Amino acid sequence: MKKDERDEYQRPGTLGRREFLKIAGGGIVVAVSFGGEFSFSQEEARRRGAGYPEDFNAYLLIGADGRVTGYTGKVELGQGAITSLPQMIADELDVPYQAVDMVMGDTDLCPWDMGTFGSLTTRMFGPALRAAAAEARAVLLELAAERLKVPKESLSVKDGVVFDKASPSNKVFYGELASGKRIERHISPKPSVKGVGEWAVMGKPFFHKDAVDKVTGKALFAGDIRLPGMLYAKVLRPPAQGAKIRSLDTSAADRIEGIRIVQDGDLVAALHELPDVAATALDLIKAEYDVPESKLDDETIFDHLLSIAPEARVVAEGGDLKEGESLAANVFEETYLNGYVAHAPMEPHTALADVKGDKATIWASTQAPFRVKDEVAQAVGIPPAGVHVVMPFVGGGFGGKTRNIQASQAARLSKITGKPVQVAWSREDEFFNDSFRPAAIVKIRSGTDGSGKMVFWDYGVYFAGDRSSAQFYSIPHHRTVSRGEWGGGGTGAHPFAVGAWRAPGSNTNVFARECQIDIMAAKEGMDPLEFRMQNLSDERMKRVLAAAADKFGWTLAPLPSRRGMAIVCADYSGTYVATAAQITVDRKTGGIQVNRVVCAQDMGQCINPQGAVIQIEGCITMGLGYTLTEELHFKGGEILDLNFDTYELPRFSWLPKIETVLVPNNSLPPSGGGEPAIINMGAVVANALFDATGARVRRLPLTPKRVKAALAAMEK
Amino acid sequence: MNQTIPFSLNDKPMSLSLDGERKLLWVLRTDLGLTGTKFGCGEGFCAACTVLVDGEAVRSCQFPLKDVAGKTVTTIEGLAQNGKLHPLQEAFARHDALQCGFCTPGMILVAHEFLMKNPKPSEKDVREALEGNLCRCGAHTRIVQAVMDAAGLK
Repeated sequence: MKKDERDEYQRPGTLGRREFLKIAGGGIVVAVSFGGEFSFSQEEARRRGAGYPEDFNAYLLIGADGRVTGYTGKVELGQGAITSLPQMIADELDVPYQAVDMVMGDTDLCPWDMGTFGSLTTRMFGPALRAAAAEARAVLLELAAERLKVPKESLSVKDGVVFDKASPSNKVFYGELASGKRIERHISPKPSVKGVGEWAVMGKPFFHKDAVDKVTGKALFAGDIRLPGMLYAKVLRPPAQGAKIRSLDTSAADRIEGIRIVQDGDLVAALHELPDVAATALDLIKAEYDVPESKLDDETIFDHLLSIAPEARVVAEGGDLKEGESLAANVFEETYLNGYVAHAPMEPHTALADVKGDKATIWASTQAPFRVKDEVAQAVGIPPAGVHVVMPFVGGGFGGKTRNIQASQAARLSKITGKPVQVAWSREDEFFNDSFRPAAIVKIRSGTDGSGKMVFWDYGVYFAGDRSSAQFYSIPHHRTVSRGEWGGGGTGAHPFAVGAWRAPGSNTNVFARECQIDIMAAKEGMDPLEFRMQNLSDERMKRVLAAAADKFGWTLAPLPSRRGMAIVCADYSGTYVATAAQITVDRKTGGIQVNRVVCAQDMGQCINPQGAVIQIEGCITMGLGYTLTEELHFKGGEILDLNFDTYELPRFSWLPKIETVLVPNNSLPPSGGGEPAIINMGAVVANALFDATGARVRRLPLTPKRVKAALAAMEK
Repeated sequence: MNQTIPFSLNDKPMSLSLDGERKLLWVLRTDLGLTGTKFGCGEGFCAACTVLVDGEAVRSCQFPLKDVAGKTVTTIEGLAQNGKLHPLQEAFARHDALQCGFCTPGMILVAHEFLMKNPKPSEKDVREALEGNLCRCGAHTRIVQAVMDAAGLK
């Protein structure tokens, strides 16, 4: 590829600050304050002394050519923000969707942002961006009123043209208003954003803005950026977490022409101008390690976690558990287990660092560029203001790219060698250095009155965190407690790093709760949908459940119906989601085939229905992994699954027929859609397994071995 | 040991003097700057690194450079002709058959080989053909639809 072609695709945004100001000099800039619920990020920015203006977290530039550019610290990971955010801007500004560009995650050009995760982009950032666009429109109307010499109340806007409603030929383009000026203006009071009824671009299906670049290979990821004189580094991976180098013999590696071996504390790397040669050299390095003793493995971990669990924190409670238990005709006491899972994005962590003096430029595959900025500054001992993080496209994150050791490694090696250095982890590095979804335990005691009503619910989650843990059924006596968070749970809890994994905590909590619900429904001799409906008073949840049941064609039958069917429901940060599934079980092998999944979701107002449906499909497909195969095997700090031969991701042959229903609800503001639909998958399949066979598996994933064991236990 | 390796790359004649044991993936990505071919696992388990050699989909992370001598190599960059997207590329874009896009070049090239051999496949055939391709975002449903659509265009 020629250099000029590469430059063209080196986006989003590699402009320096000076260039940006030059552009801003010829346009209109509108900055917006998050305020209210967004103020936490402003506080954070101030605390860190990042040097950003205190009064904005997002801004828009209307250029002299009439094009609109939105600057955001959010990044595109495949979730589609690069599409949904321009929709918001286009609608509020009354410009065509095609006239909007986004600059995402560039730390020199974009306002500070904590990171892209937790389905927050639409829910938390969206309103601020829309407010900025609405304010920009008001500014442009004021300018147009002056220019056209008519009161702004008489003006209207279409496709970026402001015109006098009484005399439409009296008009001016946004670009003309912006031309030759540098205007930073604020409107007080703030204009309100458009109501759903006024949407022309939001609420309509839009396809990925980045699709053509991605089908032609032009989209540049961190590993695709090239700088003159750059070196490729391969970093030595210890045999186990916590292992310390005792001795190092690099003599064989040193003999490779052009190789440079660097040891900087625990960081040992082979660098070469060709990445494959660097990898060959790395293999020649002989190292001996002191490996810490540990008796923990993927079986003993659960007892270990229970033994060190911190004090319980009450998440929700009501009524009196003792009284509830006295009302119970049937009491159910169950324990649910869920193992560690890996993020395994198709793009392993990668970064290119160019450190020169007290300045550094970093291209990183990250969900949190501003975090990278601080970490790199610390790693190479320069002020954060000197670090510029540029965002290429990111090949999936799922929570795992909020942690970015690779960027600091690249920066350290660049500083030492004086050259730009790329660190691209191998798949084995990616597994070894992952911050896994933590193993977790849920213990539930619950009771029914013998006539299909739940009377008490005593729920304790260990190390998954409390998200989606509070039950929403109408149970008079209930308590939900949480011990240990998904982010770590204190020292000595886990033998390696743990962290957020798509819908952190919720996959475990919903698996446990919705399995318990079916166990009770079965004892009561009821259909699982009927039992849920009978114990729900939340009309919104009932509506979502009914939508899934309706699309599925659910007919009532007591559990187990031998049809291999299940229906479950959950909430995730304001989004309600219900999932129905049908499976078949191979009793001989213990294998499960999920044949059909129907998912209904109420996410409030929906900005990009097409994007929302795609995220639901992705959640269902990815969710099959943690449900059926994905669990990390380890022995002490030694990670036993290091590639896709033993760590199995969902494949095409697993694919069920997927149907989605977006339950319309314009009475609520938009909530997130990148995660909710994944949280039902464990429970819906485990419950369908019970419905098919009468066998109950209380531990994810539902491996053939566990399914066969449960079948055998039942037949005994 | 360097050796001279003549081959055709994206319809252009090419001759490289390189160590023939080096893997095609790294030569494409580093020496030739064709970064559309992706590294995913390094062991041939994920198919992100797929390219076409004489029309056959191969895992370039496992494929020695010397084995392309005298053959034609097509990467994702070589699929569009005269600025016009290949029907598979068009179908992937239109069906939104991608999210992060990292597995996309490999998906398209495996589908390309498959459709050349099976111009009228069933959905089941498509799934079987793509069984060795991993996608973490879960775009599978749309990928199957895109391949079926591209087959219809032919």
